[in-house]
Amino acid sequence: MIRYALNRIALMIPTLLGIALITFVMIRIVPGDVVELKMRSDGGRVTQQQINDERTRLGLDKPLPEQFYLWMKGLVTFDFGHSMWTGRPVAQEIGGRIGLSIQVAIMAALVAVLIAVPLGTIAALFRDTPIDYLIRIITIAGLAVPSFWLGMIIILVLLTFFKWSPPVIYVSILEDPVKNLSQLIWPSLAVGYRYAAVVARMIRSSIIEVMQEDYIRTARAKGVGEFMVVFKHAMRNALLPAITIIGLEFAFLIGGLVVTEQVFNLNGIGRLFVDAVIRNDFILIQTIVFLLAIIFVSVNLIVDLIYGFLDPRTRM
Amino acid sequence: MAWDSRNETIHSMTRRTAMLLPALALGSHALAQGTGPSDKPQRGGTLSYAVTAEPPTYDLHQTATFAVMHRLSPHYSTLLAYEPGKYPNIIGDLAQSWTISPDLLTYTFKLHPNIKFHDGTALTAEDVRVSYERLRNPPKGVSSFRQPSFTQIKSIETPDALTIVFKMVKVDASIMDTFASPWNSIFSAEKLKADPSYPVKTVMGSGPFKFVEHVAGSHWVGERFNDYFKAGKPYLDGFRAITMTPSAMVNAMAGKQIMAEFRGFTPNERDRIVKALGPDAQTHESPWMLHMLMNFNCEKKPFDDPRVRRAISLALDRWGGSANLSKVSQLGAVGGLVRPGSKWAATEAEMVQWPGYGRDMAANRAEAKRLLKEAGYENLSFTLINRNQQPYITTGVFIIDQLRQIGVKVEDKQVEIAAWYSAQTSGNFEALLDSFTQFSDDPTNVLVKYISTDRAPDVAIQRAIDRELDSLFDRQAEMVDPAERKKLVRQFENRLLDQAYAIPILWWQRIVVMESRVQGWTMSPTHMIYQDLADIWLK
Repeated sequence: MIRYALNRIALMIPTLLGIALITFVMIRIVPGDVVELKMRSDGGRVTQQQINDERTRLGLDKPLPEQFYLWMKGLVTFDFGHSMWTGRPVAQEIGGRIGLSIQVAIMAALVAVLIAVPLGTIAALFRDTPIDYLIRIITIAGLAVPSFWLGMIIILVLLTFFKWSPPVIYVSILEDPVKNLSQLIWPSLAVGYRYAAVVARMIRSSIIEVMQEDYIRTARAKGVGEFMVVFKHAMRNALLPAITIIGLEFAFLIGGLVVTEQVFNLNGIGRLFVDAVIRNDFILIQTIVFLLAIIFVSVNLIVDLIYGFLDPRTRM
Repeated sequence: MAWDSRNETIHSMTRRTAMLLPALALGSHALAQGTGPSDKPQRGGTLSYAVTAEPPTYDLHQTATFAVMHRLSPHYSTLLAYEPGKYPNIIGDLAQSWTISPDLLTYTFKLHPNIKFHDGTALTAEDVRVSYERLRNPPKGVSSFRQPSFTQIKSIETPDALTIVFKMVKVDASIMDTFASPWNSIFSAEKLKADPSYPVKTVMGSGPFKFVEHVAGSHWVGERFNDYFKAGKPYLDGFRAITMTPSAMVNAMAGKQIMAEFRGFTPNERDRIVKALGPDAQTHESPWMLHMLMNFNCEKKPFDDPRVRRAISLALDRWGGSANLSKVSQLGAVGGLVRPGSKWAATEAEMVQWPGYGRDMAANRAEAKRLLKEAGYENLSFTLINRNQQPYITTGVFIIDQLRQIGVKVEDKQVEIAAWYSAQTSGNFEALLDSFTQFSDDPTNVLVKYISTDRAPDVAIQRAIDRELDSLFDRQAEMVDPAERKKLVRQFENRLLDQAYAIPILWWQRIVVMESRVQGWTMSPTHMIYQDLADIWLK
């Protein structure tokens, strides 16, 4: 198991290097310049010399290989540089937002698991009955409805029927749990519904497949009760593919709630990333992408390790 | 001559939009009526309002974005200011009084006594001098974003701690607006001496509110400065400026999570908020000091030919566009190069003489087709570089439709704003949809957009050289007689619209909605002034 884990960790290094290089090159192909945007927008009257001086100060006049080397060197020493737009350290920009994004991802994952496991199991056990059809309608709707649209509907319902909208300033759950949850529960529900739909469909098909396996028939033949057959023998194997989906979706949610964060005015990583892209804030963009890549690859690793633990055959 | 305030015609720009709202016409809602004569300002409370962008800096000298102004203005003072409710009258802010020499070459200001910075130190004439020196001759590492405004200042002297004297190289008709500019905040000379860039990261002024905190991407907090030099002000205990996405802002207002947003809403957003808040809403509207224009690249074919440019201008039904687009977007009035409603603006009778402003669209389009045929561009097609946001998208659609009617095909290429600036600077465009705003209607500030590119390459991006326009611009800049200056402005507009290096399309309409309990705020045609919040109180 340790050898398997070390192999998987070693594979992460070239993956991350490749992502860093591709990101670095791609964002520089896009036309536009953070300096011009910062200094000339809204009627700012600065000379070309001032623009050039600012580019020099930000290191944008250096050859691209040197810029890449300096960035890599900074990453290794945990010096992520400064945002080209605000001048604040990138670590500070990301650090102030990552907590919210992780909390929404965790809450959405909880919502998803709480909904998906019973729904997927019930649908599988009552296959091709009205109950199954109803659950399939619910899950297909979850896949079809974009999370941000559901978020908008949630807000409109709250406004129309309760004359209330969620708080717009994030407060840590440790500081004020009620205010924190009254802000974040709604985006978690909006995102968690789609997340649940994906997982529920996976659980349904897995359980249906597993229930046709020989060892299930054997268990029944030995007189094991149906409850034990499902929850002890079938679920353990049926949940393996679901764990993969839950893990990957979780990693995606940390940086992928771009539009939902706009709808609920959440000061998360997704919104920071969009703002950075709009402004061509190279340092911030490449660091966020790299961070999300690390999270994605790490979650993938954890999923693989759990897989390896639950199913020794995958270690072969 | 001595001045206590500027003796000019008062234009009240605020008007309630209640009459325009269908809901009110049906009598289903009544909007709050603002401050009545019996309403006395009350102290206390925290104003929460939205700002839709993050500030790239805290330094008002080194930025032009409202994202900074709407957060920083409450923390700073300026030498002069626009009089609340009486734009464009100018009154003193730090200056208690001032005199102007008969030759208009010396401006002497007396400061209020006992002005303090937020750290308790005294604000003196030296702080004003050093701040203005920073604006006109920025030290290394500092970029003054409006440096050309100060070119006519020859020297700044401080005979005593409360007196400051500006001597001019030559007469500058717009210099009082420069002194009243909300961007020209006064910083501590002592702190600037230690670090010329301190305002970039530290907020320390003499305005009505002290800085408390800025949580990046979330909110900005200020609290009342008890030693503010204007007795009794501010009324609020503090304010909270919340960074919000436009999509979330309307819902937050409807849900009373915020009380106001001071830049502007679309008509649809206004109606949604008013419907949700009912009598708890108040709205203000004004033609905005912001207009949409199309720049042609006059160095490239086909727009190196004035006939082609004029044909494009002729084909745009501005009056019809105004009537229809104002229902669905922030686009509003028809105007020339200066804001409709301002004292410099052309009358409708004058406007209809300009190419593309006549009301007979059939005749305009026939003339446009004739010009294109004469220029050899009967089947003209070109790419319009546009921004991928509103109301630029709506304007792009309008242009496509209008030009289709004279057989011109337009590819509306909507790009991210960084790519848009890249096209603008590199000259890699045929036509580019643009907008322009300033903090005042002063013609020098506004017309600079249309002078020869070699005179103002940072803003005049049409890549044309026209010395006749430059001469008119220079003459109006020195003309202090308003009537004569207005004539020169008209001549400038006539020349520009005849040559059509760049053509105005429509002016924006500023729509501000807030809770009716927010009192004392003044509407203006620009979102850059009246944002120090000193006069605001909560009912």
